[in-house]
Amino acid sequence: MGKSLLVLTFVVALGSSLARAQQTGACSNCDQGDSRVKAIAEEFAADIHAQNAMSCNVCHAGGGRGTEANRISAIPRERIPELCGSCHADADRIKKFNPALHTDQLAQYRTSVHGIKFANGDTKAAVCTDCHGVHRMRPASDPGSSVHPLNVAATCQRCHSDAEYMKPYHVATDQYAGYSDSVHHEAMVAGGDLSAPTCTTCHGSHGAVPPGVKSVASVCGTCHVLQARYFEESPHKHIFAMMNIASCVTCHSSHRIKHPDDTFVGTGPKAVCGNCHTPDEPAGETANGIHRRFQRLEADMAGAKSLLDRAEHSGMDVSEAQLELDQAGDALTKARVTLHTATLSRVTEDVNVGAGIVAKAHQAGEAALRERGRRRKSVLIPLIAIVALLVSLGAYLREIERGQLTTTGAKR
Amino acid sequence: MKTAALIWTWIEERFDVGELIAPLRSKTVPRHRFSIWYLLGGITLFLFFVQVLTGLLLLLYYRPSTQEAYESVQYITTRVQFGWLVRSVHFWSANLMIFMAVAHMFSVVLLRAYRKPRELTWVSGMLLLFLALGFGFSGYLLPWNTLSFFATKVASEVAGQVPLVGHALLVFMRGGEDVGGATLARFFSLHVVVLPALAATLLMLHLWLVQKFGMSVPPSVESHWTEVPEVRQEVRFFPDFLLRDLMAWCVILAALLVLAAALPAELGHKADPFAPTPFGIKPEWYFLAQFQTLRLLPAKIFGIEGELIGVFGFGLAGALWLALPFLEGRLGRNGSRWVRAAALLGMVYLGSLTLYAYFAK
Amino acid sequence: MSTIASAAPTSRGEQLIASSMPRRRALLLLMGSLVSSLGTLCYPILRYLIPPGETNSSANDALAGMVGELKPNSGKTFRFGSRPALLVRLATGEYRSMSAVCTHLGCTVQYRPETQQIWCPCHNGCYDLNGRNVGGPPPRPLPAFDVEVRGQEIYVSRKQVA
Repeated sequence: MGKSLLVLTFVVALGSSLARAQQTGACSNCDQGDSRVKAIAEEFAADIHAQNAMSCNVCHAGGGRGTEANRISAIPRERIPELCGSCHADADRIKKFNPALHTDQLAQYRTSVHGIKFANGDTKAAVCTDCHGVHRMRPASDPGSSVHPLNVAATCQRCHSDAEYMKPYHVATDQYAGYSDSVHHEAMVAGGDLSAPTCTTCHGSHGAVPPGVKSVASVCGTCHVLQARYFEESPHKHIFAMMNIASCVTCHSSHRIKHPDDTFVGTGPKAVCGNCHTPDEPAGETANGIHRRFQRLEADMAGAKSLLDRAEHSGMDVSEAQLELDQAGDALTKARVTLHTATLSRVTEDVNVGAGIVAKAHQAGEAALRERGRRRKSVLIPLIAIVALLVSLGAYLREIERGQLTTTGAKR
Repeated sequence: MKTAALIWTWIEERFDVGELIAPLRSKTVPRHRFSIWYLLGGITLFLFFVQVLTGLLLLLYYRPSTQEAYESVQYITTRVQFGWLVRSVHFWSANLMIFMAVAHMFSVVLLRAYRKPRELTWVSGMLLLFLALGFGFSGYLLPWNTLSFFATKVASEVAGQVPLVGHALLVFMRGGEDVGGATLARFFSLHVVVLPALAATLLMLHLWLVQKFGMSVPPSVESHWTEVPEVRQEVRFFPDFLLRDLMAWCVILAALLVLAAALPAELGHKADPFAPTPFGIKPEWYFLAQFQTLRLLPAKIFGIEGELIGVFGFGLAGALWLALPFLEGRLGRNGSRWVRAAALLGMVYLGSLTLYAYFAK
Repeated sequence: MSTIASAAPTSRGEQLIASSMPRRRALLLLMGSLVSSLGTLCYPILRYLIPPGETNSSANDALAGMVGELKPNSGKTFRFGSRPALLVRLATGEYRSMSAVCTHLGCTVQYRPETQQIWCPCHNGCYDLNGRNVGGPPPRPLPAFDVEVRGQEIYVSRKQVA
């Protein structure tokens, strides 16, 4: 038993080391190499390049793509983008491995803030390996990859949350903290929606730049289409442009984007409209009007829902009305989008659709409860009859038992 | 009234009803301070008839399939006129019937009515009580809602704990490896065909035995009556005692109507076999004590599964209790005291654990 | 044997006639209340026996519409169990059906003939005609249903789990 286990272990070890030797050249077997090389070679076995039958010398050896200077020693940081680009910007070459893979990463990188700083001699700026890893690169579709949608934010924040590291650039370092608290992060992590936005969705990946004031709306609008369109139609559009303030983020913030609720609109303490408008100017009145309409519809919906629940609880069929009531929720959701027109009449139009549905549901609920009352009352009649029967039975029993009780002995 | 008398005479002349009911007319019921307990059996019988009637009515619209069971019950309670009343009365009557049967059983034990010659009356009554529990268990699943689905799943898993035959028992109960359409079909036929047939037969035996031996007088009353024959009291079964029975039935019927109107039976949500077991699944109240016991037992007792010991314990207790009239004599002179103590202990145990499970999270 | 006070009359009828007035009144009261109890209890039972007009519906399939009701390249929402569902007739005449509850925030989606897509008005979510989410915020596809044409009626049922 123990012996066969030993043999098995040996065979497996032999097999895997042979396979690795084939992939990574002689590096892992080299007796003179230091132990670090061995560790790197082992790590490299899981790399997408190793799995495509590439070995160390593709990057490190002079004979291959790398130059003599790369041999053995580490590749200098300044050379990395060009080295990766030597294959990844070469469509002919990449095609052989993955025809669907883009080859514009290097070109994009050169337009990015990282790439421009790097070109200006700032080697602190991120290069390929900073995000993709060095010897264990995995495609973005692999959940273990540092650039998988679920891991992107953590990868970016390695530098961008490091206040010390970012000091020379005079930029904020709270983006990750903000994002982690945002509705987008929640959709991604809690909702498991990999298409939810992470850093690269808005900033781009290889061509990463902060979107400028003018382009914010188009960045957000790629997903939030209707909101962007309504904003274009709103009076805010021109005023924001005139004042040179960004559209979406002015109200929604940029990284810590929370799920907006109805306290956002109006001039209340949490409302964003109040940042520019006072309650008594016409715009403030509009904002408060919208807020009140939302609140009323929501309260009416809750009221109708609890009424229908009560009816359902007592055995009434209100499923039709419950289904209808859901449509009122649709109307409210729609109105919350129309809100971006900042036009009271258009919001009211949507809210009124919802209010009509709620009124109908409320009527149905009340009808159901009246029916329940009728049901309960209908039991009263037999109940009275039975009580009467009980009383008359008692009376009759008293009648016939008068003086009838026997007290004789001897039972069976 | 004259017409009624004429009709009666007409029937009387031809069928001699007077002769037929003569045994009933001469039948008497002892009257003493414990007489009130004689009513419990009659109340249980009445509730059984209510169950038969409302059950027949529910059968008109109920459809026993996983696709339609829930919807048909919903249809009964929402679309059929007075369907809500029929279902709620069936629900409340079932619960009351089991409660009354249990109360009847304990009153019989405490009044020592199971003694010779009434051993078989006791056995048939106990079997009827088990059947009532079977009715409750099988009927609970029929609306096919989340609660009943998972309660049935858990209960049949307990049955699967029995060694050797456990798995076979589980498959037999479920009609397959899982609770599904086959289970529903089985439970339905059990609830509306098998159990009613068995119950009707046993009920006739039970009633015939009650009729044959008459009402048992508790030994304490009996000895007093033997000492002082003048204080012996009896009432006629017909009409005096029957009228009392009827009055009790009226009270019960009124209670059923009030309960059905004020607290209608709920339907819950349709069972989803792929959903995870919801938190806090509990069986019907009459299985709560057993359920809670199984939960409280440690996982292992002397290296044996705790649940297994629990299941065996219930089986053994049930068998011993069933054989009560035959065992009492073997306990020696103090046998009746032991039985009384066991009954009181059982009541306290069942009562307290039921309450505990009911209020436990 | 116990004894009963009054000597037993020869028949029940005579006994009734011979009974005293107050006893007779009690008996009348008893009979009256018995009849009314039975009557008031029979009434709901009789009403229960009358079959309601509407048929019993099932949650696993639903009548989505009639053949000829939908022109090619159009759609309609209908009630499936307790949720809305969508029946679409493609330009080719083929029927498709799926849940009409948007997987984003639960609004009711609709068919858009112009784009031949399923569209959610709340946040402009788009699905293709298989229910796959192809645009906007929806995170998941719409559950698709089986469509079966039985005679003149179009029935929709949940996809059977294999």
